[in-house]
Amino acid sequence: MDVQLDDSLLIKRYVAGDEKALEALIEKHNQRLSSFIYSKVNSRDITEDIFQDTFIKVIRTLRRGTYNEEGKFLPWVMRIAHNLIIDHFRKSSRMPMFDGADTFDIFSLISDEKLNAEHQIIKDQIDTDLGKLINELPADQREVLVMRIYKDMSFKEISENTGVSINTALGRMRYALINLRKIIEQNDILLTI
Amino acid sequence: MEKIYSAEQKGIKQVKASASTVKFLLDYSKSLKFTEAKGIKFESNMN
Repeated sequence: MDVQLDDSLLIKRYVAGDEKALEALIEKHNQRLSSFIYSKVNSRDITEDIFQDTFIKVIRTLRRGTYNEEGKFLPWVMRIAHNLIIDHFRKSSRMPMFDGADTFDIFSLISDEKLNAEHQIIKDQIDTDLGKLINELPADQREVLVMRIYKDMSFKEISENTGVSINTALGRMRYALINLRKIIEQNDILLTI
Repeated sequence: MEKIYSAEQKGIKQVKASASTVKFLLDYSKSLKFTEAKGIKFESNMN
């Protein structure tokens, strides 16, 4: 109850022109809102983006004078964040959804997944670069990674072919990925289209 | 609905938005202006 009263007081002060009140509101709900967003998107960068967009909407609504959910600030903010998270997944096509609108458009659900010529060239370049990076790995790690990714072998098959235990094969795969990431980060290599 | 968004988030990794994001929001707020003319509110950003 106290939290809600504090929120409405801070909102009133902010709407009246006290910028410090906004700082207090953001600080007060920063961890809770950020953790909520992070729990859904699992990325610090995207969390920052959605947190920022959420508060931009909050600021605009408060300043425009259209906020009318007195005493329910946090659930309102969480709802904005929730909608932005859904938007994020829609945009990144990780959550294809049918919106149930009267004007159903089949092309909103299906798309041509084939890469255009430019993207195909970039993808080929990335594949070549990745091949070079993999060659930089220690032999035992490279062997497991190639069998798993390029030959699509299970860890059981890798274990039988290399004469090491499944756990060792898993460990080598893990270190191969860690080392690849290190090489990519250290050299600022961009491996996306 | 309120209960869903107000419930304690147990077992969730606790993170916070960075100081630079907070600063951006505070600067954005300061630069945002609303002008009302003939009952219509116009929004502008004085960057």
